[in-house]
Amino acid sequence: MSKVSSWFGRRDPDARGYYGAFGGRFVPETLVAPIEALETAYLEARGDPAFAAELQRLLQHYVGRETPLWDARRLSAACGGGRILLKREDLTHTGAHKINNALGQALLAKRMGKARIVAETGAGQHGVASATACALLGLECVVYMGTEDMRRQALNVFRMRLLGATVCGVDSGSCTLKDAINEAMRDWVARPGDTHYLLGSALGPHPYPLMVREFQSVIGKEARAQCLAQAGRLPDAVIACVGGGSNAIGIFDAFIDDPGVKLIGVEAGGEAIRSGRHAARFAGGAAGVLQGTRTFVLQDAHGNIEATHSVSAGLDYAAVGPEHAFLQETGRAEYHHASDTEALQAFQDLARLEGIIPALESAHAIAYVQRAARAFGPDAVLVVNLSGRGDKDVQSVEQLLQESNRVSP
Amino acid sequence: MSRLSDRFAALRRTGQTGLVTYVTAGDPDLERSAGIITRLDRAGADVIELGVPFSDPLADGPVIQRATERALAAGATLPRVLDMLAGIRAGISAPVVIFSYANPILRMGLERFVSMARQAGVDGVLTLDMPPEEGQAFRTAFGEAGIDTIFLLSPTTTVERIRKAAALGSGFLYGISRLGVTGVRETVDDSARELADRVRAETDLPLALGFGLSRPEHVKAVGKWADAAVVGSALVKVIAEHGNSPELLDEVERYVRWLRS
Repeated sequence: MSKVSSWFGRRDPDARGYYGAFGGRFVPETLVAPIEALETAYLEARGDPAFAAELQRLLQHYVGRETPLWDARRLSAACGGGRILLKREDLTHTGAHKINNALGQALLAKRMGKARIVAETGAGQHGVASATACALLGLECVVYMGTEDMRRQALNVFRMRLLGATVCGVDSGSCTLKDAINEAMRDWVARPGDTHYLLGSALGPHPYPLMVREFQSVIGKEARAQCLAQAGRLPDAVIACVGGGSNAIGIFDAFIDDPGVKLIGVEAGGEAIRSGRHAARFAGGAAGVLQGTRTFVLQDAHGNIEATHSVSAGLDYAAVGPEHAFLQETGRAEYHHASDTEALQAFQDLARLEGIIPALESAHAIAYVQRAARAFGPDAVLVVNLSGRGDKDVQSVEQLLQESNRVSP
Repeated sequence: MSRLSDRFAALRRTGQTGLVTYVTAGDPDLERSAGIITRLDRAGADVIELGVPFSDPLADGPVIQRATERALAAGATLPRVLDMLAGIRAGISAPVVIFSYANPILRMGLERFVSMARQAGVDGVLTLDMPPEEGQAFRTAFGEAGIDTIFLLSPTTTVERIRKAAALGSGFLYGISRLGVTGVRETVDDSARELADRVRAETDLPLALGFGLSRPEHVKAVGKWADAAVVGSALVKVIAEHGNSPELLDEVERYVRWLRS
């Protein structure tokens, strides 16, 4: 791969798309040519100042960047130590970091002359971001979504339809994100000529993990500069939830070369670390190949992908982005998990302490910091990526709390 | 010469169009699957492709997805499929190709897979999501065991990649005669002929064309451009329709004989 110096980050994988032993391009033959064309187009685009300028214009005036780094003093006090800074991706247009990547890829698709976008979505945030980018740029948009997720995230289904997208329910397998990705890939295999697959996380075959990370790297760039300005130094740790891992890799990216900054990913611990009841790939997974990439995957003894569970649809996925597998193996990042119960508690705590209702996905990162802040010491600076807002989750949380009688008057 | 090369050489000598049949192993269960394979051979299939059921068959359409679900529910796993094959292989004259996604083989371990596959009399392996660029280790291990590595070609495959697949693959090349996932179609697509012409210009390796064929006239049409026709989803549909009937094996044999007519 050519090393193109540009506005974007420059830590490229090797020529075959590998981060150490992870990554690569495990796709059916029909997709090889479209993926090679995508790689070429992407490498050209990221070296083109006009492309960067157009994306920058959209990020600033349409998305509303830069997003604030909020000094969460009441949360910090309640955690009993350290200074917690929240990177407010929840304040972006459409309410989650997903829009950064959706706009980048939609611009690229347009540059490639594609008229049609397919996307998958779990929590619905990437589907909404894709539908939004397509409405703005005049592209047709088809979103695949598991029927179980459509039930959990009904509000986002309506938002996508309102934005002009076609939402196709997927009722194979576990009816969640993994199955939606299978279906989006099947669509792309059938129409590679006029269609771009707008993958929403740092997953899939090369160049997706690289491209998605670079479109999300704006989060870390801003957070690093903001932290230096507000705290006068780099943070002790950067913490983010990890489903596929796009918000995490996006904020980690700027700190990779700062050895003093711990990078901490928080996976979905679900009900328990027991087959089928969680989505913590580093706690229960093994290396394998799923959906185009070699990475850590929750699988059974015969290589079939295991069912996953999380209270948050966006973390409910059996594989993790290959660069996270690499960061974990090399020890540059560490991965922990937070349970459904902890995330639900963090969801309520952040609302009451800071007046911010986080997405259930992001609530996992909050839950971890609540648990771990004290151990970092009273002078620690902790940056937490608040990847999305919780409007989409309010209804299902209300139901869950009523069921378990945890709702306080 | 491998059994696959021998079979295709014989087809060329007699000027016949070969018939490659695909079934999902373990559908409706391993025992009946063994019976189906025996009948495919008896009905004159030139190559038998055995699909290994995998939880996430992203290159397959609804017909094979459902077959995969039935096979997994009935307890089929890669080692069990190979055991089943080992038990009946001596009675089967057609070469047998394992058709799998990468993960079941990786999970089993390449060495153990190759050893079991050799014992089961597997002649070739096609790994759907393992293009030549990723398939080096597989190809080396299969080659050492005398097992052919079969690569896919599609209408989007460039001339350079056709050359690469022809140089690295052996036995035969599997051409996808149109875009999309597996499934039954009514007519043979023009892109089948274009692909066949492009492959013919680059290599003498036998070519089987598939994806969507279901009728004897399809097989004949493909025979004009390629060495063999692949029938997959249509056969899997016959198995689905008669899965619980005592006539299942007879229906399978009747269908394959009809394709041959």
